[in-house]
Amino acid sequence: MNKKQNTAISKVSVNMLFILLCLVTLFPLFCLVLASLKPSTELLRFGLNMKLDVHVMSFKNYAYLFQGGSIYFEWFKNSLLLLVISTALTLFFSSMVGYGLAVYSFKGKNVLFLLVLFIMMVPLEIMMLPLFKMTVALKIVDSYTGVILPFIVAPVAVFFFRQYALGLPKALLESARVDGCTEFGIFLRIMMPLMKPAFGAMAILQAMGSWNNFLWPLIVLRSKEMFTLPIGFASLLSPYGNNYDLLISGAVLAVIPIIIIFLFFQKYFISGLTSGGIKG
Amino acid sequence: MKVVHSNTQPVMLSEEKKRSWLSGLLYSRKVAPYVFVAPFIISFLVFFAYPLVQTFVMSFQEVLPGETTFVGLENYRKLNNQTFYTALLNTVQYTFWTLVVLIPIPLVLAVLLNSRMTRFKNIFKSALFIPVLTSTIIAGIVFRLIFGDMSSAFMNSFLIKLGLKPELWLSSEGTGMFVMVLLASWRWLGVNMLYFLAGLQNISNDLYEAADIDGASTFQKFFHITLPSLKPVTVYVLTISIVGGFRMFEESYVFWQNYSPGDIGLTLVGYIYQQGLAYNNMGLGAAIGIVLLMIILIVSVISLKLSGSFKEEH
Repeated sequence: MNKKQNTAISKVSVNMLFILLCLVTLFPLFCLVLASLKPSTELLRFGLNMKLDVHVMSFKNYAYLFQGGSIYFEWFKNSLLLLVISTALTLFFSSMVGYGLAVYSFKGKNVLFLLVLFIMMVPLEIMMLPLFKMTVALKIVDSYTGVILPFIVAPVAVFFFRQYALGLPKALLESARVDGCTEFGIFLRIMMPLMKPAFGAMAILQAMGSWNNFLWPLIVLRSKEMFTLPIGFASLLSPYGNNYDLLISGAVLAVIPIIIIFLFFQKYFISGLTSGGIKG
Repeated sequence: MKVVHSNTQPVMLSEEKKRSWLSGLLYSRKVAPYVFVAPFIISFLVFFAYPLVQTFVMSFQEVLPGETTFVGLENYRKLNNQTFYTALLNTVQYTFWTLVVLIPIPLVLAVLLNSRMTRFKNIFKSALFIPVLTSTIIAGIVFRLIFGDMSSAFMNSFLIKLGLKPELWLSSEGTGMFVMVLLASWRWLGVNMLYFLAGLQNISNDLYEAADIDGASTFQKFFHITLPSLKPVTVYVLTISIVGGFRMFEESYVFWQNYSPGDIGLTLVGYIYQQGLAYNNMGLGAAIGIVLLMIILIVSVISLKLSGSFKEEH
Protein backbone atom coordinates (compact mmCIF):
# COMPACT_ATOMS: atom_id res chain seq x y z
CA MET A 1 0.00 0.00 0.00
CA ASN A 2 2.71 2.40 1.04
CA LYS A 3 4.80 1.54 -2.00
CA LYS A 4 1.82 2.03 -4.26
CA GLN A 5 1.25 5.48 -2.82
CA ASN A 6 4.90 6.29 -3.34
CA THR A 7 4.87 5.40 -7.01
CA ALA A 8 1.65 7.36 -7.45
CA ILE A 9 3.24 10.42 -5.92
CA SER A 10 6.39 10.14 -8.03
CA LYS A 11 4.28 9.56 -11.13
CA VAL A 12 2.32 12.74 -10.52
CA SER A 13 5.39 14.78 -9.70
CA VAL A 14 7.33 13.61 -12.75
CA ASN A 15 4.42 14.45 -15.01
CA MET A 16 3.96 17.80 -13.30
CA LEU A 17 7.66 18.50 -13.80
CA PHE A 18 7.37 17.88 -17.53
CA ILE A 19 4.22 19.94 -17.86
CA LEU A 20 5.90 22.81 -16.07
CA LEU A 21 9.03 22.46 -18.19
CA CYS A 22 6.99 22.49 -21.39
CA LEU A 23 5.15 25.61 -20.29
CA VAL A 24 8.42 27.37 -19.50
CA THR A 25 9.83 26.22 -22.84
CA LEU A 26 6.87 27.46 -24.82
CA PHE A 27 6.66 30.71 -22.85
CA PRO A 28 9.09 32.70 -25.05
CA LEU A 29 7.06 31.76 -28.13
CA PHE A 30 3.94 32.96 -26.39
CA CYS A 31 5.82 36.19 -25.62
CA LEU A 32 6.74 36.55 -29.28
CA VAL A 33 3.15 36.29 -30.41
CA LEU A 34 1.98 38.57 -27.61
CA ALA A 35 4.59 41.19 -28.49
CA SER A 36 3.60 41.08 -32.15
CA LEU A 37 0.14 42.25 -31.14
CA LYS A 38 1.40 45.25 -29.21
CA PRO A 39 2.39 48.60 -30.68
CA SER A 40 6.15 49.08 -30.85
CA THR A 41 5.96 52.37 -28.95
CA GLU A 42 4.61 50.48 -25.97
CA LEU A 43 7.32 47.82 -26.25
CA LEU A 44 9.99 50.48 -26.37
CA ARG A 45 8.62 52.34 -23.39
CA PHE A 46 7.60 49.52 -21.06
CA GLY A 47 9.31 46.43 -22.40
CA LEU A 48 7.22 43.33 -22.76
CA ASN A 49 4.77 42.72 -19.97
CA MET A 50 2.03 40.19 -19.64
CA LYS A 51 -0.81 42.69 -19.66
CA LEU A 52 -3.49 41.61 -22.07
CA ASP A 53 -4.88 45.04 -22.84
CA VAL A 54 -7.38 44.55 -25.63
CA HIS A 55 -7.60 48.26 -26.30
CA VAL A 56 -3.93 48.52 -27.18
CA MET A 57 -3.46 45.19 -28.89
CA SER A 58 -4.12 44.88 -32.60
CA PHE A 59 -2.99 43.21 -35.80
CA LYS A 60 -1.56 46.51 -37.02
CA ASN A 61 1.98 45.16 -37.09
CA TYR A 62 0.91 42.41 -39.46
CA ALA A 63 -1.02 44.85 -41.62
CA TYR A 64 2.12 46.95 -41.79
CA LEU A 65 4.07 43.94 -43.06
CA PHE A 66 1.64 43.30 -45.86
CA GLN A 67 1.35 46.90 -46.97
CA GLY A 68 3.56 47.40 -49.99
CA GLY A 69 6.98 48.87 -49.56
CA SER A 70 8.09 46.65 -46.70
CA ILE A 71 11.22 44.73 -47.60
CA TYR A 72 10.21 41.82 -45.38
CA PHE A 73 8.73 39.61 -48.07
CA GLU A 74 11.77 40.19 -50.23
CA TRP A 75 13.84 38.66 -47.42
CA PHE A 76 11.33 35.88 -46.98
CA LYS A 77 11.56 35.07 -50.69
CA ASN A 78 15.37 35.13 -50.57
CA SER A 79 15.44 32.77 -47.60
CA LEU A 80 13.06 30.41 -49.34
CA LEU A 81 15.03 30.47 -52.57
CA LEU A 82 18.29 29.79 -50.78
CA LEU A 83 16.68 27.00 -48.80
CA VAL A 84 15.41 25.19 -51.88
CA ILE A 85 18.57 25.52 -53.96
CA SER A 86 21.07 24.82 -51.21
CA THR A 87 19.13 21.88 -49.80
CA ALA A 88 18.72 20.27 -53.22
CA LEU A 89 22.37 20.69 -54.18
CA THR A 90 23.76 19.69 -50.80
CA LEU A 91 21.62 16.57 -50.67
CA PHE A 92 22.56 15.54 -54.18
CA PHE A 93 26.30 15.91 -53.72
CA SER A 94 26.43 14.65 -50.14
CA SER A 95 24.40 11.54 -50.93
CA MET A 96 26.66 10.87 -53.91
CA VAL A 97 29.77 11.04 -51.75
CA GLY A 98 28.25 9.09 -48.88
CA TYR A 99 27.10 6.39 -51.27
CA GLY A 100 30.51 6.22 -52.91
CA LEU A 101 32.20 5.82 -49.55
CA ALA A 102 29.83 3.08 -48.49
CA VAL A 103 29.44 0.95 -51.58
CA TYR A 104 32.88 0.82 -53.19
CA SER A 105 36.25 -0.19 -51.93
CA PHE A 106 39.03 1.89 -53.37
CA LYS A 107 42.38 3.38 -52.51
CA GLY A 108 42.18 6.32 -50.13
CA LYS A 109 38.68 5.53 -48.99
CA ASN A 110 39.54 5.39 -45.30
CA VAL A 111 41.53 8.60 -45.49
CA LEU A 112 38.56 10.35 -47.09
CA PHE A 113 36.23 9.10 -44.41
CA LEU A 114 38.58 10.32 -41.69
CA LEU A 115 38.67 13.70 -43.42
CA VAL A 116 34.87 13.84 -43.32
CA LEU A 117 35.00 13.24 -39.58
CA PHE A 118 37.76 15.82 -39.17
CA ILE A 119 35.82 18.54 -41.00
CA MET A 120 32.87 17.87 -38.72
CA MET A 121 35.12 18.81 -35.82
CA VAL A 122 36.64 22.00 -37.26
CA PRO A 123 34.26 24.93 -37.27
CA LEU A 124 34.12 27.17 -40.31
CA GLU A 125 34.45 30.25 -38.09
CA ILE A 126 38.17 29.60 -37.77
CA MET A 127 38.87 30.15 -41.43
CA MET A 128 36.15 32.58 -42.32
CA LEU A 129 38.61 35.34 -43.20
CA PRO A 130 40.48 33.52 -46.01
CA LEU A 131 37.18 32.05 -47.13
CA PHE A 132 35.79 35.55 -47.36
CA LYS A 133 38.84 36.76 -49.28
CA MET A 134 38.31 33.87 -51.66
CA THR A 135 34.72 34.81 -52.35
CA VAL A 136 35.93 38.33 -53.08
CA ALA A 137 38.55 37.00 -55.47
CA LEU A 138 36.02 34.71 -57.17
CA LYS A 139 33.61 37.67 -57.42
CA ILE A 140 30.85 35.77 -55.67
CA VAL A 141 30.49 38.19 -52.78
CA ASP A 142 26.94 39.41 -52.27
CA SER A 143 25.59 36.49 -54.28
CA TYR A 144 23.82 33.29 -53.36
CA THR A 145 26.54 31.34 -55.12
CA GLY A 146 28.88 32.72 -52.50
CA VAL A 147 26.57 31.57 -49.71
CA ILE A 148 26.01 28.08 -51.09
CA LEU A 149 29.12 26.99 -52.97
CA PRO A 150 31.60 26.55 -50.08
CA PHE A 151 29.18 24.26 -48.22
CA ILE A 152 27.75 22.31 -51.08
CA VAL A 153 29.07 19.06 -49.62
CA ALA A 154 27.98 18.82 -45.98
CA PRO A 155 30.13 16.43 -43.92
CA VAL A 156 27.27 15.60 -41.54
CA ALA A 157 25.09 14.61 -44.47
CA VAL A 158 27.92 12.61 -46.08
CA PHE A 159 28.33 10.75 -42.80
CA PHE A 160 24.62 10.05 -42.51
CA PHE A 161 24.22 8.90 -46.12
CA ARG A 162 27.25 6.67 -45.77
CA GLN A 163 25.80 4.98 -42.70
CA TYR A 164 22.52 4.55 -44.50
CA ALA A 165 24.07 3.28 -47.73
CA LEU A 166 26.03 0.62 -45.81
CA GLY A 167 22.70 -1.11 -45.29
CA LEU A 168 21.65 -1.13 -48.94
CA PRO A 169 21.20 -4.58 -50.50
CA LYS A 170 24.36 -5.41 -52.45
CA ALA A 171 22.56 -8.01 -54.53
CA LEU A 172 20.67 -5.27 -56.32
CA LEU A 173 23.94 -3.70 -57.31
CA GLU A 174 25.10 -6.90 -58.98
CA SER A 175 21.89 -7.56 -60.82
CA ALA A 176 21.76 -3.98 -62.09
CA ARG A 177 25.29 -4.39 -63.43
CA VAL A 178 24.27 -7.54 -65.22
CA ASP A 179 21.41 -5.60 -66.75
CA GLY A 180 23.95 -3.17 -68.15
CA CYS A 181 23.33 -0.22 -65.92
CA THR A 182 26.15 2.31 -65.50
CA GLU A 183 27.51 2.78 -62.00
CA PHE A 184 26.02 6.26 -61.82
CA GLY A 185 22.77 5.00 -63.27
CA ILE A 186 22.57 2.42 -60.50
CA PHE A 187 22.95 5.22 -57.97
CA LEU A 188 20.39 7.51 -59.59
CA ARG A 189 17.74 5.01 -60.56
CA ILE A 190 18.00 2.23 -58.02
CA MET A 191 19.82 3.31 -54.91
CA MET A 192 18.60 6.89 -54.55
CA PRO A 193 14.94 5.82 -54.30
CA LEU A 194 15.97 3.24 -51.69
CA MET A 195 17.59 5.98 -49.63
CA LYS A 196 14.38 8.00 -49.40
CA PRO A 197 14.15 7.97 -45.58
CA ALA A 198 17.73 9.24 -45.36
CA PHE A 199 16.87 11.99 -47.83
CA GLY A 200 13.85 12.94 -45.74
CA ALA A 201 15.84 13.30 -42.56
CA MET A 202 18.71 15.16 -44.23
CA ALA A 203 16.39 17.43 -46.22
CA ILE A 204 14.83 18.64 -43.00
CA LEU A 205 18.20 19.10 -41.33
CA GLN A 206 19.69 21.00 -44.26
CA ALA A 207 16.57 23.08 -44.83
CA MET A 208 16.49 24.11 -41.19
CA GLY A 209 20.18 24.89 -41.27
CA SER A 210 19.74 27.05 -44.34
CA TRP A 211 16.66 28.84 -43.00
CA ASN A 212 18.45 29.75 -39.76
CA ASN A 213 21.97 30.11 -41.19
CA PHE A 214 23.59 33.26 -39.89
CA LEU A 215 27.30 33.92 -39.75
CA TRP A 216 28.34 33.04 -43.29
CA PRO A 217 25.46 34.83 -45.05
CA LEU A 218 26.12 37.80 -42.75
CA ILE A 219 29.65 37.96 -44.10
CA VAL A 220 28.87 37.30 -47.75
CA LEU A 221 25.64 39.20 -48.31
CA ARG A 222 26.14 42.95 -48.51
CA SER A 223 23.09 44.61 -50.03
CA LYS A 224 19.77 44.86 -48.28
CA GLU A 225 17.83 43.38 -51.18
CA MET A 226 19.93 40.21 -50.97
CA PHE A 227 19.46 39.62 -47.22
CA THR A 228 17.86 36.50 -45.83
CA LEU A 229 15.44 36.69 -42.91
CA PRO A 230 17.94 36.23 -40.04
CA ILE A 231 20.36 38.74 -41.58
CA GLY A 232 17.51 41.15 -42.25
CA PHE A 233 16.23 40.82 -38.69
CA ALA A 234 19.71 41.37 -37.30
CA SER A 235 20.07 44.51 -39.42
CA LEU A 236 17.01 45.91 -37.66
CA LEU A 237 18.57 45.40 -34.25
CA SER A 238 20.51 48.12 -32.54
CA PRO A 239 21.62 48.63 -28.97
CA TYR A 240 19.40 51.69 -28.71
CA GLY A 241 16.00 50.36 -29.53
CA ASN A 242 14.70 48.40 -32.43
CA ASN A 243 12.33 48.69 -35.26
CA TYR A 244 9.97 46.42 -33.38
CA ASP A 245 6.84 46.72 -35.49
CA LEU A 246 8.41 44.93 -38.45
CA LEU A 247 10.77 42.78 -36.43
CA ILE A 248 8.35 40.92 -34.22
CA SER A 249 5.44 40.29 -36.54
CA GLY A 250 8.02 39.29 -39.14
CA ALA A 251 9.63 36.88 -36.69
CA VAL A 252 6.27 35.28 -35.95
CA LEU A 253 5.63 34.73 -39.65
CA ALA A 254 9.12 33.24 -40.03
CA VAL A 255 8.71 30.77 -37.17
CA ILE A 256 5.15 29.57 -37.64
CA PRO A 257 5.67 27.79 -40.98
CA ILE A 258 8.56 25.77 -39.53
CA ILE A 259 6.56 24.77 -36.48
CA ILE A 260 3.67 23.65 -38.67
CA ILE A 261 6.00 21.66 -40.93
CA PHE A 262 7.59 20.17 -37.82
CA LEU A 263 4.26 19.01 -36.45
CA PHE A 264 3.62 17.15 -39.71
CA PHE A 265 7.06 15.64 -40.22
CA GLN A 266 8.24 15.18 -36.64
CA LYS A 267 9.83 11.82 -37.28
CA TYR A 268 12.12 13.19 -39.99
CA PHE A 269 13.09 16.20 -37.90
CA ILE A 270 14.05 14.10 -34.96
CA SER A 271 15.96 11.44 -36.88
CA GLY A 272 17.70 14.16 -38.91
CA LEU A 273 18.82 16.15 -35.94
CA THR A 274 19.87 13.26 -33.78
CA SER A 275 21.53 11.32 -36.58
CA GLY A 276 25.05 12.67 -36.23
CA GLY A 277 26.57 10.42 -33.64
CA ILE A 278 24.22 7.57 -33.34
CA LYS A 279 24.44 4.67 -35.69
CA GLY A 280 22.01 5.27 -38.54
CA MET B 1 33.21 -4.09 -48.20
CA LYS B 2 34.30 -6.60 -50.80
CA VAL B 3 33.38 -6.18 -54.41
CA VAL B 4 31.80 -9.39 -55.49
CA HIS B 5 33.68 -10.98 -58.34
CA SER B 6 30.92 -13.17 -59.54
CA ASN B 7 30.63 -15.10 -62.73
CA THR B 8 29.17 -12.04 -64.43
CA GLN B 9 32.68 -10.70 -64.86
CA PRO B 10 33.52 -12.32 -68.24
CA VAL B 11 30.27 -11.08 -69.74
CA MET B 12 31.00 -7.56 -68.61
CA LEU B 13 34.51 -7.70 -70.05
CA SER B 14 33.52 -8.79 -73.49
CA GLU B 15 30.82 -6.16 -73.55
CA GLU B 16 33.20 -3.52 -72.35
CA LYS B 17 35.49 -4.02 -75.33
CA LYS B 18 32.76 -2.97 -77.68
CA ARG B 19 32.05 0.23 -75.90
CA SER B 20 33.78 3.51 -76.55
CA TRP B 21 36.30 4.93 -74.15
CA LEU B 22 33.73 7.21 -72.52
CA SER B 23 31.17 4.56 -71.84
CA GLY B 24 34.02 2.40 -70.61
CA LEU B 25 34.57 5.07 -68.02
CA LEU B 26 30.91 5.10 -67.11
CA TYR B 27 30.90 1.39 -66.48
CA SER B 28 34.29 1.09 -64.88
CA ARG B 29 34.20 0.01 -61.31
CA LYS B 30 37.70 1.38 -60.83
CA VAL B 31 36.82 4.91 -61.89
CA ALA B 32 33.27 5.12 -60.56
CA PRO B 33 34.12 5.49 -56.86
CA TYR B 34 36.33 8.47 -57.60
CA VAL B 35 33.55 10.10 -59.58
CA PHE B 36 31.27 9.67 -56.60
CA VAL B 37 33.66 11.17 -54.08
CA ALA B 38 34.99 13.86 -56.44
CA PRO B 39 32.62 16.59 -55.13
CA PHE B 40 33.97 16.00 -51.66
CA ILE B 41 37.61 15.98 -52.73
CA ILE B 42 37.17 19.21 -54.70
CA SER B 43 35.22 21.04 -52.02
CA PHE B 44 37.59 19.77 -49.35
CA LEU B 45 40.63 21.07 -51.21
CA VAL B 46 39.15 24.39 -52.29
CA PHE B 47 36.89 25.33 -49.41
CA PHE B 48 38.54 23.61 -46.47
CA ALA B 49 42.20 22.72 -46.89
CA TYR B 50 43.14 25.88 -48.78
CA PRO B 51 41.43 28.34 -46.39
CA LEU B 52 42.77 26.41 -43.41
CA VAL B 53 46.32 26.68 -44.70
CA GLN B 54 45.67 30.30 -45.65
CA THR B 55 44.51 31.06 -42.11
CA PHE B 56 47.77 29.67 -40.84
CA VAL B 57 49.81 31.68 -43.36
CA MET B 58 47.76 34.82 -42.78
CA SER B 59 48.37 34.66 -39.06
CA PHE B 60 52.02 35.49 -39.78
CA GLN B 61 51.18 38.35 -42.10
CA GLU B 62 49.92 41.85 -42.06
CA VAL B 63 47.19 41.85 -44.68
CA LEU B 64 46.43 45.16 -46.32
CA PRO B 65 44.45 45.65 -49.50
CA GLY B 66 46.84 44.92 -52.33
CA GLU B 67 49.84 43.99 -50.22
CA THR B 68 50.77 41.53 -47.54
CA THR B 69 53.91 41.58 -45.46
CA PHE B 70 55.39 38.82 -43.39
CA VAL B 71 55.49 39.91 -39.78
CA GLY B 72 56.52 36.71 -38.04
CA LEU B 73 54.90 36.18 -34.67
CA GLU B 74 53.78 39.80 -34.38
CA ASN B 75 50.06 38.94 -34.57
CA TYR B 76 50.42 36.33 -31.87
CA ARG B 77 52.32 38.83 -29.73
CA LYS B 78 49.46 41.29 -30.20
CA LEU B 79 47.09 38.70 -28.76
CA ASN B 80 48.64 39.44 -25.40
CA ASN B 81 46.02 42.09 -24.68
CA GLN B 82 43.12 42.51 -22.33
CA THR B 83 40.43 42.29 -25.04
CA PHE B 84 41.68 38.91 -26.20
CA TYR B 85 41.75 37.57 -22.65
CA THR B 86 38.23 38.87 -22.10
CA ALA B 87 37.05 37.13 -25.27
CA LEU B 88 38.83 33.92 -24.27
CA LEU B 89 37.44 34.01 -20.73
CA ASN B 90 33.92 34.73 -21.96
CA THR B 91 34.09 31.85 -24.41
CA VAL B 92 35.43 29.40 -21.83
CA GLN B 93 32.84 30.49 -19.29
CA TYR B 94 30.03 30.23 -21.80
CA THR B 95 31.15 26.77 -22.87
CA PHE B 96 31.51 25.66 -19.26
CA TRP B 97 28.03 26.80 -18.26
CA THR B 98 26.34 25.35 -21.33
CA LEU B 99 27.99 22.01 -20.51
CA VAL B 100 26.85 22.21 -16.90
CA VAL B 101 23.27 22.81 -17.99
CA LEU B 102 23.03 20.90 -21.25
CA ILE B 103 24.47 17.52 -20.27
CA PRO B 104 23.15 16.40 -16.86
CA ILE B 105 19.68 17.95 -17.13
CA PRO B 106 18.77 16.49 -20.55
CA LEU B 107 20.20 13.15 -19.42
CA VAL B 108 18.00 12.98 -16.34
CA LEU B 109 14.99 14.25 -18.29
CA ALA B 110 15.54 11.55 -20.92
CA VAL B 111 15.66 8.84 -18.26
CA LEU B 112 12.47 10.19 -16.66
CA LEU B 113 10.74 10.49 -20.01
CA ASN B 114 11.76 6.96 -20.91
CA SER B 115 10.44 5.53 -17.65
CA ARG B 116 7.00 4.07 -17.21
CA MET B 117 6.09 7.01 -15.00
CA THR B 118 5.65 9.56 -17.76
CA ARG B 119 2.56 9.89 -19.88
CA PHE B 120 2.13 12.03 -23.03
CA LYS B 121 5.72 11.24 -24.00
CA ASN B 122 5.36 12.46 -27.56
CA ILE B 123 3.77 15.76 -26.58
CA PHE B 124 6.59 16.48 -24.12
CA LYS B 125 9.21 15.51 -26.68
CA SER B 126 7.72 17.79 -29.34
CA ALA B 127 7.24 20.73 -27.03
CA LEU B 128 10.82 20.58 -25.82
CA PHE B 129 12.09 20.23 -29.39
CA ILE B 130 10.31 23.30 -30.76
CA PRO B 131 12.80 25.95 -29.53
CA VAL B 132 15.55 24.69 -31.82
CA LEU B 133 13.30 25.41 -34.79
CA THR B 134 13.52 29.12 -34.11
CA SER B 135 16.70 30.80 -35.24
CA THR B 136 18.98 32.16 -32.55
CA ILE B 137 18.26 35.62 -33.89
CA ILE B 138 14.51 35.35 -33.43
CA ALA B 139 14.90 33.66 -30.05
CA GLY B 140 17.31 36.43 -29.05
CA ILE B 141 14.80 39.11 -30.01
CA VAL B 142 12.26 37.54 -27.67
CA PHE B 143 14.83 37.25 -24.89
CA ARG B 144 15.66 40.92 -25.32
CA LEU B 145 12.01 41.72 -24.73
CA ILE B 146 11.67 39.44 -21.72
CA PHE B 147 14.92 40.71 -20.20
CA GLY B 148 14.34 44.35 -21.05
CA ASP B 149 15.93 47.01 -18.84
CA MET B 150 12.69 48.73 -17.87
CA SER B 151 11.28 47.77 -14.51
CA SER B 152 8.01 47.04 -16.29
CA ALA B 153 9.59 44.42 -18.57
CA PHE B 154 8.61 40.87 -17.75
CA MET B 155 11.66 39.54 -15.91
CA ASN B 156 12.20 42.72 -13.92
CA SER B 157 8.58 43.03 -12.90
CA PHE B 158 8.83 39.41 -11.78
CA LEU B 159 11.91 40.22 -9.67
CA ILE B 160 10.14 43.20 -8.15
CA LYS B 161 7.20 41.03 -7.22
CA LEU B 162 9.61 38.72 -5.41
CA GLY B 163 10.93 41.76 -3.56
CA LEU B 164 14.21 41.90 -5.47
CA LYS B 165 15.85 44.76 -7.33
CA PRO B 166 15.38 45.01 -11.11
CA GLU B 167 18.46 44.31 -13.23
CA LEU B 168 20.02 45.88 -16.29
CA TRP B 169 20.30 42.40 -17.75
CA LEU B 170 22.37 43.11 -20.82
CA SER B 171 24.68 45.68 -19.27
CA SER B 172 26.68 43.72 -16.74
CA GLU B 173 28.92 40.72 -16.94
CA GLY B 174 27.15 38.12 -14.83
CA THR B 175 23.64 38.79 -16.06
CA GLY B 176 24.82 39.07 -19.67
CA MET B 177 26.43 35.65 -19.46
CA PHE B 178 23.32 34.30 -17.75
CA VAL B 179 21.04 35.45 -20.57
CA MET B 180 23.37 34.03 -23.25
CA VAL B 181 23.59 30.65 -21.51
CA LEU B 182 19.84 30.67 -20.93
CA LEU B 183 19.20 31.35 -24.61
CA ALA B 184 21.44 28.46 -25.67
CA SER B 185 19.96 26.15 -23.02
CA TRP B 186 16.45 27.01 -24.12
CA ARG B 187 17.23 26.14 -27.71
CA TRP B 188 19.22 22.94 -27.17
CA LEU B 189 17.74 21.24 -24.11
CA GLY B 190 15.18 19.27 -26.12
CA VAL B 191 17.65 18.17 -28.77
CA ASN B 192 20.16 16.89 -26.24
CA MET B 193 17.36 15.09 -24.46
CA LEU B 194 16.52 13.34 -27.73
CA TYR B 195 20.14 12.24 -28.12
CA PHE B 196 20.02 10.62 -24.71
CA LEU B 197 16.61 9.11 -25.43
CA ALA B 198 18.05 7.53 -28.57
CA GLY B 199 20.90 6.17 -26.46
CA LEU B 200 18.46 4.72 -23.95
CA GLN B 201 16.72 2.73 -26.69
CA ASN B 202 19.94 0.77 -27.20
CA ILE B 203 20.11 -0.50 -23.64
CA SER B 204 18.83 -4.03 -23.43
CA ASN B 205 15.95 -4.63 -21.05
CA ASP B 206 17.57 -7.84 -19.85
CA LEU B 207 20.09 -5.81 -17.87
CA TYR B 208 17.33 -4.14 -15.89
CA GLU B 209 15.45 -7.38 -15.41
CA ALA B 210 18.56 -9.07 -14.07
CA ALA B 211 19.11 -6.12 -11.73
CA ASP B 212 15.51 -6.37 -10.56
CA ILE B 213 16.01 -10.01 -9.71
CA ASP B 214 19.09 -9.03 -7.70
CA GLY B 215 16.95 -6.50 -5.88
CA ALA B 216 18.72 -3.38 -7.12
CA SER B 217 17.17 -0.02 -6.28
CA THR B 218 16.19 2.55 -8.89
CA PHE B 219 19.27 4.63 -8.10
CA GLN B 220 21.57 1.64 -8.26
CA LYS B 221 20.15 0.78 -11.66
CA PHE B 222 20.65 4.37 -12.83
CA PHE B 223 24.27 4.56 -11.72
CA HIS B 224 25.34 1.03 -12.60
CA ILE B 225 23.41 0.34 -15.79
CA THR B 226 21.97 3.49 -17.34
CA LEU B 227 24.89 5.86 -16.92
CA PRO B 228 27.63 3.49 -18.16
CA SER B 229 25.48 2.43 -21.11
CA LEU B 230 24.91 6.06 -22.07
CA LYS B 231 28.60 6.77 -22.21
CA PRO B 232 29.01 6.82 -26.02
CA VAL B 233 26.09 9.22 -26.40
CA THR B 234 27.37 11.37 -23.56
CA VAL B 235 30.79 11.61 -25.17
CA TYR B 236 29.17 12.60 -28.44
CA VAL B 237 26.97 15.26 -26.84
CA LEU B 238 29.90 16.51 -24.81
CA THR B 239 32.10 16.86 -27.88
CA ILE B 240 29.55 18.68 -30.02
CA SER B 241 28.67 20.90 -27.07
CA ILE B 242 32.30 21.85 -26.54
CA VAL B 243 32.78 22.67 -30.22
CA GLY B 244 29.44 24.48 -30.23
CA GLY B 245 30.42 26.51 -27.18
CA PHE B 246 33.75 27.59 -28.57
CA ARG B 247 32.29 28.64 -31.91
CA MET B 248 29.56 30.71 -30.29
CA PHE B 249 28.76 33.97 -32.05
CA GLU B 250 25.06 34.45 -32.68
CA GLU B 251 23.93 34.38 -29.06
CA SER B 252 26.14 37.37 -28.42
CA TYR B 253 25.54 39.14 -31.75
CA VAL B 254 21.79 39.20 -31.27
CA PHE B 255 22.12 41.04 -27.96
CA TRP B 256 24.95 43.45 -28.69
CA GLN B 257 25.97 43.15 -32.36
CA ASN B 258 29.66 44.04 -32.64
CA TYR B 259 30.22 45.94 -29.44
CA SER B 260 29.02 45.03 -25.98
CA PRO B 261 29.53 47.25 -22.93
CA GLY B 262 32.87 46.32 -21.38
CA ASP B 263 33.08 43.48 -23.94
CA ILE B 264 30.82 41.37 -21.73
CA GLY B 265 29.53 39.54 -24.81
CA LEU B 266 32.76 39.32 -26.79
CA THR B 267 33.63 35.76 -27.80
CA LEU B 268 36.60 34.43 -29.74
CA VAL B 269 34.60 34.17 -32.95
CA GLY B 270 33.16 37.62 -32.28
CA TYR B 271 36.72 38.88 -31.91
CA ILE B 272 37.73 37.30 -35.25
CA TYR B 273 34.72 38.95 -36.85
CA GLN B 274 35.44 42.31 -35.25
CA GLN B 275 39.16 42.37 -36.06
CA GLY B 276 39.06 40.69 -39.45
CA LEU B 277 35.95 42.19 -40.98
CA ALA B 278 35.12 45.37 -39.08
CA TYR B 279 38.70 46.62 -38.57
CA ASN B 280 40.12 44.87 -41.63
CA ASN B 281 42.86 43.47 -39.43
CA MET B 282 42.91 40.05 -41.07
CA GLY B 283 46.31 38.92 -39.83
CA LEU B 284 45.28 39.29 -36.22
CA GLY B 285 41.90 37.72 -36.98
CA ALA B 286 43.64 34.70 -38.49
CA ALA B 287 45.89 34.36 -35.44
CA ILE B 288 42.80 34.27 -33.21
CA GLY B 289 41.41 31.60 -35.51
CA ILE B 290 44.51 29.44 -35.15
CA VAL B 291 44.42 29.77 -31.35
CA LEU B 292 40.75 28.81 -31.41
CA LEU B 293 41.50 25.80 -33.61
CA MET B 294 44.21 24.63 -31.20
CA ILE B 295 41.87 25.00 -28.23
CA ILE B 296 39.08 23.06 -29.92
CA LEU B 297 41.39 20.26 -31.03
CA ILE B 298 43.06 19.93 -27.64
CA VAL B 299 39.83 20.06 -25.67
CA SER B 300 38.07 17.54 -27.87
CA VAL B 301 41.02 15.15 -27.86
CA ILE B 302 41.13 15.39 -24.07
CA SER B 303 37.41 14.78 -23.75
CA LEU B 304 37.61 11.80 -26.11
CA LYS B 305 40.62 10.44 -24.28
CA LEU B 306 39.18 10.85 -20.79
CA SER B 307 36.11 9.02 -21.90
CA GLY B 308 38.25 6.27 -23.38
CA SER B 309 36.59 6.39 -26.76
CA PHE B 310 39.87 5.95 -28.59
CA LYS B 311 39.92 2.37 -27.39
CA GLU B 312 36.66 1.47 -29.04
CA GLU B 313 36.90 1.07 -32.76
CA HIS B 314 34.01 2.59 -34.60
